[in-house]
Amino acid sequence: MLANFDFDVIRRSLAYLFIDGMTFTLTLTALAATGGLVFGTMIALMRLSGYRVMGWIAGLYVDFMRSLPLVLVIFWFYFLVPYIGQWITGSSRPIKVGAFASSLITFILFEAAYFSEIMRAGIQSISRGQPAAASALGLTYAQTMRYVVLPQAFRNMLPVLLTQTIVLFQDTSLVYVLSIPDFLGAASKVAQRDGRLVEMYLFAALIYFTISCVASYGVRRLQSRIAIIR
Amino acid sequence: MNYTWNWHIFLEPNPTGAGTYFDMLLAGLKVTIVTSLTAWVIALIFGTIVGILRTLPSKLATWIGFAYVEFFRNMPLLVQLFLWFFVLPELLPQSAGLWLKQMPNAPFYTAAVGIGLFMSARVAVQLAAGVGSLPRGQKLAATALGLTTLQAYRYVLLPMAFRIILPPLTSEFLNTVKNSAVAITIGLIELTGAARAMQEFSFQVFEAFSAATLMYLVINVVVVIGMRLLERAVAIPGYITGK
Repeated sequence: MLANFDFDVIRRSLAYLFIDGMTFTLTLTALAATGGLVFGTMIALMRLSGYRVMGWIAGLYVDFMRSLPLVLVIFWFYFLVPYIGQWITGSSRPIKVGAFASSLITFILFEAAYFSEIMRAGIQSISRGQPAAASALGLTYAQTMRYVVLPQAFRNMLPVLLTQTIVLFQDTSLVYVLSIPDFLGAASKVAQRDGRLVEMYLFAALIYFTISCVASYGVRRLQSRIAIIR
Repeated sequence: MNYTWNWHIFLEPNPTGAGTYFDMLLAGLKVTIVTSLTAWVIALIFGTIVGILRTLPSKLATWIGFAYVEFFRNMPLLVQLFLWFFVLPELLPQSAGLWLKQMPNAPFYTAAVGIGLFMSARVAVQLAAGVGSLPRGQKLAATALGLTTLQAYRYVLLPMAFRIILPPLTSEFLNTVKNSAVAITIGLIELTGAARAMQEFSFQVFEAFSAATLMYLVINVVVVIGMRLLERAVAIPGYITGK
């Protein structure tokens, strides 16, 4: 069985897999995590704000995103983004959006729903005395959030945010449905071209497994280091 | 937006010759439900076993439980489905591999087993946390009554733990439903797949995906309401959620 293995196909495609595929995957993960965190924090603040309508809209957004499969959302945005672009720029035809932009927008908006719930829990974990003390110091609401509440919420939630980022890293493989050459997409293209499904998919699985394992080990260590502080 | 809306498209016959486009989506919905339920049964069975392993005093059992969870959690579901679907038949002895490949409805079985095992790792973590959250006295009392470890789990720990983790299990079940959409990649025509097929045949992108979205939302609402009722029915007296 192993004798039939063609390990050379992996060696031959390493450059394509990592320089093209993995770069795409990691860039998408990093940008989507950052964007999702920023947008998610805004949603969390909206949900916790005193304005009922804002909280309601944010809640609806989160519930909506979280009840749909990511694959369906990827399809939605793949077809929707050109129309939105047309609407924003006012051009006469749907504008062409590259695979990268389309998947990045999808992941930012989708992950924001998940990140916002984490940030909401983080903000709610801050004791009431903190914002009270901040306003006693004369800080405005925005300043209180910016300098007192959010840094602590972010720090408390860092391990969970990183765990979610690992999930995001794995989920980016779903751009496969748009035939985008991310890491898995690249492996799959080689696999089908050379008829070497077993080698390529096992190799892809091994790489995903190793990266996720190392990353979650790092998060666990970080968690135990943060835990001492409290 | 220069897009021609046509909501009547659902009533038009689909090109497969079996009824309307709406029937096509309904067939997809049915596949989604059957796949999710099958996967969920597998997830519950394996998740319970592995979850128990993680709470046993034996070092070896804990380690096996840990390794199992790490294995299934650190690979994208899509990659796992590919492993089951494309790689496993090649690694098995030739006759077994051939049997797997020629199995009718292979994408369905692969998806149900693959998603079931993927979710079982999550169920295991939840269950271990549930058992861990029980007061130590529960196990001690069970032992004092003369119950064996198996009996203690069967009659005391598991019934308590499962009730405690019912809310997170609800989200895991909903995740199972959502994850069933990944099976589109191995050719299973579930709800997302049906919407995609409808879009390819009719070019009515937004109608097709809107209908699928609506159906997923309905599944969510039904599951959440059902689980609320179940939670109320099995609430433990004396706990905050109890009567």
